[in-house]
Amino acid sequence: MRDHPRLPTSPGFWRSPLRGPWFTSVLGLVLLVGITVLFVTGLVSYAAYNPGLARVNDQTPDKGVLGFYLFAWPTDPVWLYRLTQGVHVTLGITLVPVLLAKLWSVVPRLFTLPPARSLAHALERISLVLLVGGGLFEFTTGILNVQLDYVFPGSFYPLHFYGAWVFFAAFLAHAALKTPAAVRTVRGRRQESDDLVPPRPAAPTVSRRGALGLVGGGSLLLFLTTVGQSLGGPFRRTALLAPHGTADPGGGPNGFQINKTAAYAGITAADTHEDAWRLVVTGRTTTVRLSRAQLLRLPQHSASLPIACVEGWSTADQWWRGVRLRDLAALVGYDGDPPDVLVESLQRHGAFRRAALRANQVADGRSLLALYVNGEELSPDHGHPARIIVPAAPGVLNTKWVARLTFGDL
Amino acid sequence: MPPRPRLGSPFQLLLLACSFALAAYAGIRLFAGDWFGVALWIVGAALLHDLVLLPLYTAADRAVVRGLGAAGRRDRTLYVRVPAVLSGLLLLVWFPLISGMADRRYRSATGLSPDGFLARWLLITAVLFGGSALLLARRVRRAAKHRPPAPH
Repeated sequence: MRDHPRLPTSPGFWRSPLRGPWFTSVLGLVLLVGITVLFVTGLVSYAAYNPGLARVNDQTPDKGVLGFYLFAWPTDPVWLYRLTQGVHVTLGITLVPVLLAKLWSVVPRLFTLPPARSLAHALERISLVLLVGGGLFEFTTGILNVQLDYVFPGSFYPLHFYGAWVFFAAFLAHAALKTPAAVRTVRGRRQESDDLVPPRPAAPTVSRRGALGLVGGGSLLLFLTTVGQSLGGPFRRTALLAPHGTADPGGGPNGFQINKTAAYAGITAADTHEDAWRLVVTGRTTTVRLSRAQLLRLPQHSASLPIACVEGWSTADQWWRGVRLRDLAALVGYDGDPPDVLVESLQRHGAFRRAALRANQVADGRSLLALYVNGEELSPDHGHPARIIVPAAPGVLNTKWVARLTFGDL
Repeated sequence: MPPRPRLGSPFQLLLLACSFALAAYAGIRLFAGDWFGVALWIVGAALLHDLVLLPLYTAADRAVVRGLGAAGRRDRTLYVRVPAVLSGLLLLVWFPLISGMADRRYRSATGLSPDGFLARWLLITAVLFGGSALLLARRVRRAAKHRPPAPH
């Protein structure tokens, strides 16, 4: 027998004394809870877009039964999407060290020989390709998307949504097969006689608890330098590396976070000029064209609502002022029974230049076609001359630079 | 005679069959677009992690342990490992922002400056290593105080 095995297929190749069922089980149980929360908040975010309402809201029209749970997204509480999507993104980033440590702890099994002891074992190993590849795919696409680094092979929404289901299918099987043993191990009811325990461990440089502490410390550091972009206010300064951390753009009443600027969306001053811009509102009985001055003569209402983006960042409540959507519906023949509405922006491109809102969102008295924010006219970057703001709706459904509203069944 | 291939646990077989069916249902939709690109990303992510990233950081860690061991300071490994791991994690997660890969889109889309990320990551890294060095210095000083004076 050789003293120093050179091949990773030999158990003696793996020397770290940290590896063993206890270390892997603790990390596995953390991921069991964490990834379940990620999956559920991801499904919730999908529902928040109201993809069942209209084709324009649905980035994955071929979803089939994967949309089985969809429901009408509520408007209460107003911070609902801030919370669910803030948890989704912040937790995903926080779990990166746990995921990496878990994969490190089981890497010897990647090289286990013989490749399969039975048919079930062979299938389990194939399933692990989906688990590891799918998991890394989900984390990578999510983390790249929040940094606006769109290098992945296709549109983010279908990749992240269908990828999540592929990953979760493998995750469910893995959790069902491994959780009972992991729980027994953590409760100390199982002996450390496992293929993960190195036969010739090197001298330790850190205890297992110390190593777990380092993983937890990594998670804590990522959490603390990220979560401020979802808390907003004074906490934004603490999000030192998060995409919408540290600073707000500009100052004054319009100095809060922007998803896409007017320049990025291709909106020019000529498009939105007082003489050029008209809002076209169509309904059951008629179509009206309104200038900004005419909109200002309609009853004005206020609402304090946040902006919450699918990328996980959000703002504190801003004080919006404008015309209620249900009042605009009443103008075109829907008095007292506001229907769904299709909102179209001046934007010439972009996946959400057209978006649909459901009747319950239109009916909410806080859903506005906003003309002012925090006591000042909307800035071009926040949607001047007029934008939609709906309580609890994902950011992209709060259409900016609104040009047309079509009320009626979609 | 070679042993007959075994089936294994029927519960496990059923469970995995269900899992594959669901994965296939979603997978058909996942691969509907650029199937080759998506397959490359999924398999590539696993391979890149298992065969590149993990061996790289393992080798770096071993080099530190060995280097300190050769100097008779193996017990000081954590003073290097902890700040390196923390700084490395931040770099890994925020690499696009820190490296400025997408800084033109970032600036034009958000109206924010993409310039601070590298500086802030370097500062955090400096604080992590500096803090670790301070802790080590304190430990060395305490040890020196409690050590009996060397006989001449």
